[in-house]
Amino acid sequence: MEYHLSTPLKKEDIEGLNAGDIVYISGKVLTARDEAHARILELKEEGKELPFSLEGAAIYHCGPLMQQTDGTWRVVAAGPTTSDRMSKMTPVLLENFNVRVLIGKGGMNNVADAMKEKCVYLAYTGGCAALASGSIKNVPAVHWLDLGMPEAVWELEVHEFGPLIVGIDTKGEDLFTSIKEKARSSFLKL
Amino acid sequence: MTIVMVTDMVTSMVTYKNVVEATIDIIREAETQLPDDVIDALKSATQNESSDVAISQIDAILKNIEIASNNNIPLCQDTGILIFYVEIGRELKLDIDLKGAILEASRIATQEVPLRPNAVHPITRSNSNDNTGDGIPDIKYDFVEGDQLKITVAPKGAGSENMSALKMMNPTELKDIRKFIFETVLNAGGRPCPPIIVGVGIGGSFDKAARLAKAALLRKVTDMNDEEKGILKDINSLGIGPMGLGGDTTALAVHLATSYCHTASLPVAINIQCWANRHASVVLGGDE
Repeated sequence: MEYHLSTPLKKEDIEGLNAGDIVYISGKVLTARDEAHARILELKEEGKELPFSLEGAAIYHCGPLMQQTDGTWRVVAAGPTTSDRMSKMTPVLLENFNVRVLIGKGGMNNVADAMKEKCVYLAYTGGCAALASGSIKNVPAVHWLDLGMPEAVWELEVHEFGPLIVGIDTKGEDLFTSIKEKARSSFLKL
Repeated sequence: MTIVMVTDMVTSMVTYKNVVEATIDIIREAETQLPDDVIDALKSATQNESSDVAISQIDAILKNIEIASNNNIPLCQDTGILIFYVEIGRELKLDIDLKGAILEASRIATQEVPLRPNAVHPITRSNSNDNTGDGIPDIKYDFVEGDQLKITVAPKGAGSENMSALKMMNPTELKDIRKFIFETVLNAGGRPCPPIIVGVGIGGSFDKAARLAKAALLRKVTDMNDEEKGILKDINSLGIGPMGLGGDTTALAVHLATSYCHTASLPVAINIQCWANRHASVVLGGDE
């Protein structure tokens, strides 16, 4: 099945998605990788407000390559980064914020339970940064640039961003884990 | 015909300025154009794939390669850390600051290509913002026959580099090398952006094995002997597939490289390379 979603997202928008479905997203996505995740959790712990809203948000595991001309930021290349580096921080993130979509590559470990009835993981083809930049229309804001270009939180306005493959759905189905399990049993036969 | 040959043979003199300019050019080429042998391997992989999802992933990759090439933009936002291989002809008179020229080229390329500033201090994580820093870029020098200077750049992204592995095996564990390769690929799963290229360094020492593995990634994808083809076939039987989403194309190539080692040692290093096996070279000098 193919779906076209718009942000901000409600729980109902993602409940029907099944692992293996294809999704395109329009609206706003926020990039966040290692350092941004750590800072989000740190501020939450200290009871401080974030400079952006994660309500119904789509988080993109991405450290984009940006270029600034005349004060305006533009995306040069913005493909997904390895999501697994955020695996440990993701359950706490989802406990505290109603993030509905995570976009990244390579899948995540031990997050399917935390994502149940809350959030989906969408896989974008790794390395396809030139392709991705075509569906990013605008860069409305950047936060935490002190973390460096790859680690900052970039607000990206996207149109029909995809194709994204549902890797983990809200029912706990995890495409990456089932493929890895099959690979493990093939390995034992080698 | 004569003119073409002369054009091919004319190379720039080894001056500081020429080295800087030529190095910027190969960085740009490597970041925006994938070598033909890799593109051909990806194209033929789509013919042999049984999984629709896998085909969709390789199609996206091929589309991405075309867009990057047409628009002269980096293939991947992870423009990597820059690894240089410098071959110096032993008859070449080299009186310039070669390292300085390569560093300057890296800084200029960061602005001009542009490249993502990826170089950070390992502990403080502060970003130098120009892709240089203590020990970065990594430049390997070698002396060869002749009077020319060859510079090769291979930008290495972290996604695949992080999935690499090294093991000091027992000399009697030779038959476990294959198992170590399969385990490393299995553990990596979809994380290193498969279809991958697997460089394996066997022998040497702790660090030499890793250098052998990395340099093996520069070989042509199709340049494989029967042993390497056999390992490739077994890797692809795992079904990890492009991006770990399942399929027949987990790897495009396996390259083994060996070196003599201590009688008590068997170092084995596996360097994993994503599908974007970026590298480009230039030859200078030899025209005097």
